[in-house]
Amino acid sequence: MKIVVCVKQVPDTAATVTVQDGQISWGDAPLVINPWDEYAVEAALQTAADHGGTVVALGMGKEDEREAIKHALAMGCKEAIQVSDPALADADGLGAAKALAAAIQKIGDVDLVFFGKQAIDSDTGLLPSMVARVLGWPALTLAAAIDEVGDSIKVQRATEEGRQMVSAKLPAVVSVTKDYGEPRYPSFMGIRKAARAKVPVWGLGDLGIEAPAPVVTWPQVMNPPQREIVNEIIEGETPQEIAEKLADKIMAEKVL
Amino acid sequence: MSSKIWVFIDQFKGAALPASWEALGAGKSLGEVTALVFGEGVDGIAQEAFHYGADHVLVADSPVLADYRPEPYAAVLSKLAGDSAPEVILFPTTTRGRELAAMAAVDLNTGVLVDVTALEQADGKITATRPIYAGKLLAKVQCSATPQIITTRGRAFPKPEADPARSGTPEAVDVSPAEGAALSEVSGYAETEGGVSLTDAAVIVSGGRGVSNNPKLTPPDGLSDDEQEKWRAQQGFKLVGELAEVLGGAVGASRAAVDAGYIPYSHQVGQTGKVVSPDLYIACGISGAIQHLAGMRTSKVIVAINKDPDAPIFKLARFGVVGDLFDILPPLTEAMKARLGK
Repeated sequence: MKIVVCVKQVPDTAATVTVQDGQISWGDAPLVINPWDEYAVEAALQTAADHGGTVVALGMGKEDEREAIKHALAMGCKEAIQVSDPALADADGLGAAKALAAAIQKIGDVDLVFFGKQAIDSDTGLLPSMVARVLGWPALTLAAAIDEVGDSIKVQRATEEGRQMVSAKLPAVVSVTKDYGEPRYPSFMGIRKAARAKVPVWGLGDLGIEAPAPVVTWPQVMNPPQREIVNEIIEGETPQEIAEKLADKIMAEKVL
Repeated sequence: MSSKIWVFIDQFKGAALPASWEALGAGKSLGEVTALVFGEGVDGIAQEAFHYGADHVLVADSPVLADYRPEPYAAVLSKLAGDSAPEVILFPTTTRGRELAAMAAVDLNTGVLVDVTALEQADGKITATRPIYAGKLLAKVQCSATPQIITTRGRAFPKPEADPARSGTPEAVDVSPAEGAALSEVSGYAETEGGVSLTDAAVIVSGGRGVSNNPKLTPPDGLSDDEQEKWRAQQGFKLVGELAEVLGGAVGASRAAVDAGYIPYSHQVGQTGKVVSPDLYIACGISGAIQHLAGMRTSKVIVAINKDPDAPIFKLARFGVVGDLFDILPPLTEAMKARLGK
C-alpha cells in the first residue's frame, strides 16, 4: 500500500502574529509542522504499519521551507518530496490543489492520501476536498477514527451532529482530526535520518502543469481592532457574596 | 427562476442548521436571494427558507441525496450553477458547507473565500473579511472569478427573523447529475453526547487544567494516580456543566484539559480546536494561553474565574474572580438559576 501524507510548515501556535508595514510577522517564533498534520502523519504511519506499505511525506512551499517534511520524516515517513516553484508563490486553494494532485499522480500507484484538517495559518480547510475532486477520488474528510482498511476504507467522520460512518473504495483522500489519537514523537534515530534525507524538489515542469492563475487575492492583511475592555474584579467576603454580585453583573450585561 | 445570489441551506435529517439562516441573511444584504435546499423530503425546509427571507427556493429532492455525501451534492450543485451562472454562492461554514464550497470551486474553476465575518459589495465584486491565524489577524479577500464562492462563519451574521406569513412555491431542479456520482457509502450515524454545539452556542462555560485541582475531594479507593486525576477532573467538569445547563450553553475546554484526557476533543476551544464567539464566555480554571485566547477573544462578554491573579485570561475578562472555581461555581449556578427563574 502506497500512502502519501501532505504536510505544511507554519509558525508555532504560541507565536504572537502581527502585521507590520503590510507584512505578516511572527517574530522569532519557531516554524513547525502544522499541528493538525501531525495527526495525519500518525494516521498514515499506523495505516502503513497495520496493512503494510510505505508513507511519502509531500510538502509544498519555498525550497527551504522544510520543517514540516523534516518532522514527518523524523516521525517515520520513508521518503519526502517538496513541491516548489516560484510560479506557485501566489497560488490560491485551487492552484495548490492542482499542484498537489499532479504530484500525487506523479508519485504513482497511490492508494491513500492523508491530510490534516486544515492549516493553522490560512485556516481554510479546503485542500483535502479540492485535491480529491481534482483527482476524482472519494473525499473522506474530518475522520475521527479509521475503522477498516482493505480494498476500501471505512472512517468515522466528525460532523456537527456526531459521527457519520462512511466507506469508499481506494484510492481515496482522507483528512484526519485530533480525535484520531496522539501523534508519536520523532525518535532520536528518526531525527538523524531526517537531517540526512535527500528531498527531491518538483517544480511545475516536473509536474507537467502550467502555472495556475490565482483568482483569490488578499488585498489587505490587518491586525484585529483593539478591544476596549474594562476589567472589573469581583470581590466579597464569601463565595456566596461573590457569586451573587457576579450574577447581578452578568444579568446587567443583557446577553442572556 | 433564480437570482444572482445563491445560498446553500445546510441540513441534517430534515432540520436546517442555524448557520444556514445566518448565511441567508448575509445573502439578503447583497440582493435578491435564491436558497438551495438539497436532501430527501425537504419541502419543510424549503418553506422555512421563504420564512427567513428567500426570494426563490430551488429544491433538489432525491433518495441519492438523503445522506450527505460530497460528490452527488457537488454534482447537482455544479451543474445547476454552470447552467444558471449565479454571481455569488454562499454557504454556512459547516462541515458540509465548507466541503461543498471546495468541490464546487474545483468544478466551476473559481475560488472560495472561507469562513468570512463581513461582506462589502461594490460593482458586483465582493470584498470579504476573514480571520486568519485563528483570528490573530484579519484579511480582506476577493475572488476575481465567478461565481464568487463564500462561506460565512457561524454567529458572524445575524439570523433573520422568520416570518411565517411569507411563503412561496419552491422549484424542483434536475437531480440526475447525482445518479452514479456517489463515491462513498454511508452506513450509519453515532450521536455524540447531547448538548449545544460550541460554534452555535450563545453561552459557553469552559474548564481548564484547574478543574482537577479540588483539594477537598477524596477520590474513591483503588484508583491509580492518573485515574484519580481524571476522576477529580470529572467532578470539576460536572460543576462547569451544571452552570452551562442553567445558562442554556455549551461546555468548552482548554487544550490542556483535552490533552490531559479530562474531556473529549470536540469540546476544545482555541487555535487547534474550535474558534468561538458567544455572547457570554465563562472561563473556569483557564489561565489563558495565547492559543486559547485566539479561539475565544471575540466573545462579547468574558468572565474569568482563576486562582492566579496574574493569569493572562484576566486581561480579556470584563469580570474576573480571583478565587477557587470549586468555591465559586456552585453558588454562581444557584444565583443564576434564581435570576433566570429556573
